Amino acid sequence: MSTATVASPVTRRIGFGASLRRNRRWALITSYAFLVIFAIFFLLPPYYMIVTSLKSDAEVAHMATNPWIIANGLTLDQFKILLTQTDFLIFFKNTVIVTLCVVAITMVVSVLAAFSLGRMRFWGSSILATGIFLTYLVPDTLLFLPLFQIVKSVGLLNSYWGMVLVYPTLTVPFCTWIMIGYFQSIPKELDEAALIDGAGYVQMLLKIFIPVALPGIIAAMIFAFTVSWAAFVYPMAFLYSSDQQVLTVGTVTSLIRADVYKWGMLMAGALVAAAPPLVIYAFLMDYYIAGLTAGATKG
Amino acid sequence: MADIVQSWLPGGLSETAKAPIRKRGLRRLMRRHSMIAFLMCLPLIAIVVGLIIYPAFYSIYLSMLNKAQTRFIGLSNFTYLLSRDVFWMVVRQSAIFALSAVLFKALIGLITAHLINNLPAKGQRKWRGMLLVPWVIPLALSSLGWWWLFDPTHSAFNWFLQLLGFEEIPWLSDPYWARFSVILVNVWYGAPFFLIMYLAALKSVPEQLYEAASIDGASAWQKFVHITLPMMQNIIAITVLFSLIVTFANFDIVQIMTAGGPRNMTHVFATYSFLLGIRSGDLPLGAATSLFMFPILAIAAVFILRGVRKRGREIG
Repeated sequence: MSTATVASPVTRRIGFGASLRRNRRWALITSYAFLVIFAIFFLLPPYYMIVTSLKSDAEVAHMATNPWIIANGLTLDQFKILLTQTDFLIFFKNTVIVTLCVVAITMVVSVLAAFSLGRMRFWGSSILATGIFLTYLVPDTLLFLPLFQIVKSVGLLNSYWGMVLVYPTLTVPFCTWIMIGYFQSIPKELDEAALIDGAGYVQMLLKIFIPVALPGIIAAMIFAFTVSWAAFVYPMAFLYSSDQQVLTVGTVTSLIRADVYKWGMLMAGALVAAAPPLVIYAFLMDYYIAGLTAGATKG
Repeated sequence: MADIVQSWLPGGLSETAKAPIRKRGLRRLMRRHSMIAFLMCLPLIAIVVGLIIYPAFYSIYLSMLNKAQTRFIGLSNFTYLLSRDVFWMVVRQSAIFALSAVLFKALIGLITAHLINNLPAKGQRKWRGMLLVPWVIPLALSSLGWWWLFDPTHSAFNWFLQLLGFEEIPWLSDPYWARFSVILVNVWYGAPFFLIMYLAALKSVPEQLYEAASIDGASAWQKFVHITLPMMQNIIAITVLFSLIVTFANFDIVQIMTAGGPRNMTHVFATYSFLLGIRSGDLPLGAATSLFMFPILAIAAVFILRGVRKRGREIG
């Protein structure tokens, strides 16, 4: 591509085409070669996790065989042990409850607020919109100790409902921010038309804005889902008994504590716990990426 | 609703006769309009004020109490921290961790984004999808996977090194290798985010600029330096600053893989304040530790906001 149009049209037509094509092919081959190296680096850990989870305990402990392949036969025992002999299913259930509640709360709060901030405007609304963006930049590790006190004072320490209370601080600011962007990109003529037809604000939001901004809403939902599914600091600090624990912390702490390191089962747990975000990503990649890039490319 | 709306519209009412009524109606409408808008923002304001802004200020108060939270002790927690060697090690390690991780994430992101952008259009999606996987796996869980890769007796990396005739590496038990390992995991996790951001930015550079440069005889490197970089400058700045905040405040990787050890040498602000505040039960001291992050985060946040605003204006 680079040397392509340097030559004048005449020379290009005569002898330049072949070397150009050769150049391009070499550029392509080097690109692929380097991409393969990066892909190995990026996919090595998940690959190794899968391999380990499909081995028997004996093979995992045995140090002489190649750890990167399954030598002594593939087995699903680790998954069986995980689901029948540990609290993993309780963690899973708790995580599902927390995540669903947080996604619902986040979407209601941020869609209402984004509609109001992006479309209706009131005194101080632009300052508020900026403020929302800044609060998104406040990391959870700065807030978890004061929030510990607050969660304790409302009696939700060591309860997963405490997570439903605090997770929205991670999701709401960003979701509101990207929804403002989506709502602002909807042409003004649409709401004028709705007003002429006598629609109220509620109707306008439900019948026009939510359907038109649906891609944005899906992107925001995916964001809220992945963030609350993966949250680690808050449950690590606020939850300590295993009937209240969520997947991330449960897998990393309780499953280990139960035994000497049963790496096969641990990897099986990590994989099952990581599966829902991965499945959503596999099917809704474009929305996922839209949500990821929206923060900086819209605004 | 409908009748108020009608008064907006030219021709809806006779212009001359009803002008005063219309004006009053409009003002009432505006007030009602603002009221509804404000009410719709109320849940958001409640969450932001109650669970972000209030805790932030409460944290300042908390950091000035003694361990039992019974007595106000002023800045003693801060001066105590500043007098401890471990705290200064945490400061240094946080800076090393964040700066080196962000540098490599940005480099790898930029390289992979360019490589993918070179491919024919239909292959790009597949590669992008594959290389984003580390970002999609919850970090706590992939950190567990990495921990297993670094396991002292069963490390799969060491098996490979032995096979090639090298010596085993004590990944997490030697302090310096442990520092390297946590940074490596952070780079692995965060580089795909840069890749996605840069790829999106690369696509937004107008093709005509490259064509014009080609006609003027620019080389690939010249195009990169004089077109791609300036056009992406803003996105690069936003992504780097954003990642700096997230990396600086990172908790999962260090907590899971080393919990700050060996000899406290891998502690970052987040894990150290967790150790003090939750594990040792000294909430005020932990709060004081995490508050040291604030100035650095605030500076980065201001620059991000400037960058985002500027980009917003450029896009229009």
